[in-house]
Amino acid sequence: MKELVCITCPRGCRLKVDEKMNVTGNFCPRGKIYAVNELTHPVRVVTSTVKLTGSIYPRVSVKTKDPIPKDKIFNVMDEINKVTLKCPVHIGDIAIKNVLGLGVDIVVTKNINK
Amino acid sequence: MIKKNYDLVVIGGGSAGMAGAIEARKLGIQDILIIEKNDYLGGILNQCVHNGFGLTEFKEELTGPEFMTRLSDQVKELKIDYVLNTTVTSLLPDKTIYASNQEGFYIIKAKSVLVTTGCYERNAGAIMLPGDRPSGVVTAGTAQLYLNIYGYLVGKRVFILGSGDIGLIMARRLTLEGAKVLGVAELCPYSNGLNRNIVQCLEDFHIPLYLSHTVSDVDGYDGILHGITISQVDEHNQIIPGTEKKYECDTLLLSVGLIPNSPLLRDAGVKLSRNKGAIVNERYETSIPGVFSAGNVLHVHDLVDLVTKESRLVAHFIKEYLDGKESAQDKYLDVIASDGVGYVLPHKVSLNNTHDVTFKFRVRKPIKDLNVIFLDKDSEIKKIFKPVLIPSEMTEITLTSEELKKFKNNITVKVEKKI
Repeated sequence: MKELVCITCPRGCRLKVDEKMNVTGNFCPRGKIYAVNELTHPVRVVTSTVKLTGSIYPRVSVKTKDPIPKDKIFNVMDEINKVTLKCPVHIGDIAIKNVLGLGVDIVVTKNINK
Repeated sequence: MIKKNYDLVVIGGGSAGMAGAIEARKLGIQDILIIEKNDYLGGILNQCVHNGFGLTEFKEELTGPEFMTRLSDQVKELKIDYVLNTTVTSLLPDKTIYASNQEGFYIIKAKSVLVTTGCYERNAGAIMLPGDRPSGVVTAGTAQLYLNIYGYLVGKRVFILGSGDIGLIMARRLTLEGAKVLGVAELCPYSNGLNRNIVQCLEDFHIPLYLSHTVSDVDGYDGILHGITISQVDEHNQIIPGTEKKYECDTLLLSVGLIPNSPLLRDAGVKLSRNKGAIVNERYETSIPGVFSAGNVLHVHDLVDLVTKESRLVAHFIKEYLDGKESAQDKYLDVIASDGVGYVLPHKVSLNNTHDVTFKFRVRKPIKDLNVIFLDKDSEIKKIFKPVLIPSEMTEITLTSEELKKFKNNITVKVEKKI
């Protein structure tokens, strides 16, 4: 029996997972998915900022469009820190396509026009 | 272009202000103005680049900037007037608003006002932090602004006091950007942040959380932070001698609570509660008829989704006020936070009220297997069982208009361990 706190949403359900991967304590179906993922291949969404030129704001926020493997977080951060974008930028713009071949893009999460 | 008269002026263009203005417009209120002091809408969400926002409001997981853009896009689509870089200097009891910006000074007459000015962080002085006051002691939100908006890392070796969510989020953020976060000290014997943030911000990065600990000394004799000492505290929050641990660090982040930013309301003569937010009735109307308040300036919320929900509800009451449906001379029942309850909103309920009312409250300490009890003075009217309540999560309980009719003296709310 494994005990986990679901991090999918702020509710933070306390999950119990038995040897046969039966999940209890979840309020919604996402809890089940989280528990199984967490015990087999844990993933996280990484949010950060990248450099921006041509704007009064020197940084723009970005995220991994989908969750990436937890053990790749710092490698992905290294890639994010290499990028410089040019103003204007818009939500959904791709900052890095298929980062480190993980099949996930790094996308912009803010509109900056000036 | 600022006009002289508006049906509704919203002071503060953050999530509460925008959500309230959007709902008000959808309800048919025509002349609306949002006044925002910064040069962008969205308030604090601009710097909250992490995700986890919007699960109830938009049914998907968004980052802070994405969430606020959804709102600001609606403000623009609905052609709601807003002005940026404009500061409200005074709100008068007759709902006259003084505002100023680079173009000039404005006197605006509002039929109704929604005050959504958010909150600010408690600082070193507010918690009587012992020791020196060197540079390097910063609030978590300030560090977040420096890092996420301006791209400056506040330090390389960081200790965090307080386990509020902003502190936890910053522990992860600073770690991702190459700083070493040495630990988080929390005065309470339990964390004040969301469980998910303990897991994904601390445990993921092996950052220790020291419960029942506080900073007992700050070493910055020459104006620069060199290190701190933490000590364990007993059940009365008194430092236990001999438990000191010293850390060399260049930054101490403070994540020790938020205070409603209510001086504008105070100076207008609005009665404030002990937590510094306005005292409001079940319509979220303050002691000045036609002046309403919502969001973190009223009480500090756990989630922005709860802020926008509250503000949209208040828009309905504003619409009713403008339609002349309210009676300002109502008699009220006081709502009293009793045993184990920190505060309850609304603070009073009109005897004329005919609607269901949702009460929002926080318990003082974590409590399991409990009953939430609503009493009319001493006699019990309603009892609701809850498996667990914690101070960091606001609880909502709705009483129907029928149930509310049973209260004659006051509405007292308490929590009690189930026997």
